[in-house]
Amino acid sequence: MTSIVDTIYNLISYIDIDTNILLLFAIIIPGLVIFVLMALNVMLAVYFERKVAAFMQDRLGPMEVGIFGFKGGKKFWGGIGQIFADTIKLLTKEDIMPAGADKVLMLISPFIIVMGALLTFIGIPFTDGLIVSNFNIGILYIIAMSSVGVIGVILAGWSSNNKWSLYGAMRSAAQIISYEIPIGLTLLLIVIVCGSLQVSEIVAWQAENRWFILHSPFSFIAFFIYFISVVAETNRTPFDIPEAESELVAGWMTEFSGFKWSIFFMSEYANMLIVSLVASFVFLGGWLSPLTIFNIFPESWLLFDGFYWGVFWLFSKAIFLIFVMMWFRWTFPRLRVDQLMYTCWKVFIPFSLANLFLITLWELVL
Amino acid sequence: MFKVIDKSIISADEMVLNMGPQHPSTHGVLRLKIITDGEIVSKVEPVIGYLHRCFEKHCENLSYEQIVPFTDRCDYLASMHMSHSYSMAVEKLLDVELPERVEYIRVIIAELQRIASHLIAVGAFGLDVGAITPFTWTLRDRERILDLFELLCGARLLYNYVWPGGVSHDLPSKFVERTKEFLDYFEPQIDEYNQLLTTNKIFIERSADVGVLPLNVGVNFGVTGPSLRASGTNFDLRKDEPYSVYSKFDFDVPVGEGLMGTVGDCWDRYYVRVLEMKESVKIIRQAFEGLPSGDVHEVLPKKIRPRKGEAYSRYESARGDVGFYIRSDGKNTPTRLKMRSPAYCNLSVLDEISSGWMISDVITILGSLDIVLGEIDR
Repeated sequence: MTSIVDTIYNLISYIDIDTNILLLFAIIIPGLVIFVLMALNVMLAVYFERKVAAFMQDRLGPMEVGIFGFKGGKKFWGGIGQIFADTIKLLTKEDIMPAGADKVLMLISPFIIVMGALLTFIGIPFTDGLIVSNFNIGILYIIAMSSVGVIGVILAGWSSNNKWSLYGAMRSAAQIISYEIPIGLTLLLIVIVCGSLQVSEIVAWQAENRWFILHSPFSFIAFFIYFISVVAETNRTPFDIPEAESELVAGWMTEFSGFKWSIFFMSEYANMLIVSLVASFVFLGGWLSPLTIFNIFPESWLLFDGFYWGVFWLFSKAIFLIFVMMWFRWTFPRLRVDQLMYTCWKVFIPFSLANLFLITLWELVL
Repeated sequence: MFKVIDKSIISADEMVLNMGPQHPSTHGVLRLKIITDGEIVSKVEPVIGYLHRCFEKHCENLSYEQIVPFTDRCDYLASMHMSHSYSMAVEKLLDVELPERVEYIRVIIAELQRIASHLIAVGAFGLDVGAITPFTWTLRDRERILDLFELLCGARLLYNYVWPGGVSHDLPSKFVERTKEFLDYFEPQIDEYNQLLTTNKIFIERSADVGVLPLNVGVNFGVTGPSLRASGTNFDLRKDEPYSVYSKFDFDVPVGEGLMGTVGDCWDRYYVRVLEMKESVKIIRQAFEGLPSGDVHEVLPKKIRPRKGEAYSRYESARGDVGFYIRSDGKNTPTRLKMRSPAYCNLSVLDEISSGWMISDVITILGSLDIVLGEIDR
C-alpha cells in the first residue's frame, strides 16, 4: 500500500529539478486537494443538515434558491443553490473585531482549529492506498492531531473579551480533554487485537478476520463508547454545551463573524467527517464491502469490493454516522456541564478500562 | 510549615454576568443580573422595564372600549385571556348579565387560547434545555389554533375579540366543525410530545429535581397558575371562584406530583402544562355540547359610563391569576386601572429558587416559569 505523496513524487520525478522542490510539490498538491475536500464537505454537510433538520421538524428546509438559469426548476433542485448562497454570504460578511479583544490571538485562533482538522486528514485513508501518508503510527497521530483544536478554542474564547465566550471556551476545554480519554482507550482495543497502529494494517486485519465491531462483545461496546465520545468531542448535541445557544448565546464563537466564523464552521464539519471516517475504518471495516460480512451473498457480489468501491463504502458508512449525529442533534435536549463530566469520568472511562482488560483476556483465551 | 492562606488575597471573585436584554432565552427583553462563582449562580436579579409602555396610565385617558386592544398587547401569547379578564371587570362595574351564548363562546375561545399559550410554553421550555425539534412541533400545532382564531375574528395574535358586553362576532359557520377537527387531531399529538420530550432521559435529568419551588415559598411570593399548581396545590380560579360558565363543566385540575423527582421541580411545572392542555380539550368538547343559540351582544349604550365605584375581576389565565382593578368616577374613562400580572409575581420567585444552581439551570427555571415580558412590564 502506497501513499499519495509517494505516488505523486514518483509521477513527477522525471522532471529534472532539485528533489526537495519535487517533494514540496508532492506535499502541496494533496494538501490543496484536502482543503478543497473540506470546503466541499462543509458546504454539502450544511445542506444535508438543513434538510435532515427540516425532515425531523416537519418542514421543507431550503427550497427557494435554485441553480442559476433554471427557471421553474426551483422545486426540482430542492434549494440546492442554498449551498452557494450560504457560502457567499459567510465569506462576504463584515469581519467584526470587538474593541478590547486580543487582536493577534483572535486572528490566529480559527486557523489553529482548522489546522488541527486539516493535519488529521494526513493520516486518514479514503480507500485502499488512497492516503496522504501511510505512516506506522496512524491511529496515535489521528488522536494527537484531533486534540490540537482545543488550543484554538481556548484562545478564541479568551481573546474575544466576552464573558459568554470565556464560559464556552472553559466548558469546551474541559469537555474535549475529558472525552479524549475514552476515545483513546477504545481505539486501543483494536491496537491490542491487531497489533498495529497503522491504518492499512487495521483494515487488512478486518479483511482477514471480521469487522472489528463484530469481533467480540467488548469491541461492540467499545464502538458505542467511541461514537458517543466523539459526538461530545465534536461539540454536537446532546453535548453541545460549549456553544449552547440557549444559554451561552453562541459560546466561544459569539464574537466571531464572517470568514473567521466560517472557518470554525468548516472545522466543525470536518471534525464530524474525521471521527466518522475513523469509526468506519476502526470498527466498521473501512473500505470493505458490507456484503462480505455474512457468507449469504453469491460470490459475484464480491465484485463490489475494490479500489473505487472502497471509496463508496467508506463514505457510505461515514455519511451514515454523520446522519446519526444529526439525528441526535435534532432529537435530544442538552446535558448540563456536570452531567457531561459525570458521563465521561464515571461511566465511559471505567467501562472502557474494563473493556480494555477484558479484551486482552478474550484474546488470550480464544 | 503549614500556613493559613489569607483568603482576602486569593479568594476567587464573583463575576457579574448580564444575561439579556438581548439573549436567546430570556423570553423577551428581560435582563438577568447573575452573580456567578464559576458555573454556580449565587444570586439572580431580574431587571425589568424594557417593554414598559405605560399601559395603566394610558388607560386613564381612554374610553372603556378603547382599552380592549391595549389589554391584548399585555400578554400577547394569551390575548383572549387579557381582554376577557378586563371585560369581566367592566361588566361587574356595569352590573350586566350576559347572554348564555356569550359566556360559552368566551370559554371555548379562552381554552383554545390556553392550549395555544401552553404549546408555546412547552415548546420553548424544550428549547431552553436544548431540544429544538419540540418547539417546531408545538408551533406547528399552535398554527392551527391561530388559523381558527383568524377564521373567528380575522386576527392571528392580537384579537380585540372579547369586548365588554359580549364578543365582537358570532362564531363563523364552519368554526365549530373545524375546531372539533382540530381537537381530534390535537389529542394524539400530546402523546407525541410526551414521547419526544417529556419522557426523554436527558430531559428528565435536566429538569427533574431542578429549581424546586416549595408550596409555602410559592404562596408567599404570590406565585399563581400552573407554576404554583406544580408545587402541589389545586388552586385554580376556574374551580375555586368559578367565573363565566366554568361551574357547568367537568374537568380536573392537574397538580404536580413529583413523578420524576421532587414536587414542584421544573419537570412538574412543565408537565402540569401538558396535562392542562388535555383538560382544556375536555372543556371545549363539553362547551360545544351545551352551546346555546342566541345573541352575542348585551345591549350596552354607545358610550359606556359605569356607575361610580370600583370593581376587581380575577381570572385564571395561562400564566396565573390575572386581576383587573377599575375605579370609575362615572365618566367614560376609568379614573384608575390596575392590572395584577401573574408573570410578574412568578418572576419574583426566580432568585429564591435558582440560587445555588448552575447557569444552565437558571435558563431552565426561567423557562419553566413561563413568563411573558409584555405582561410583566405592561
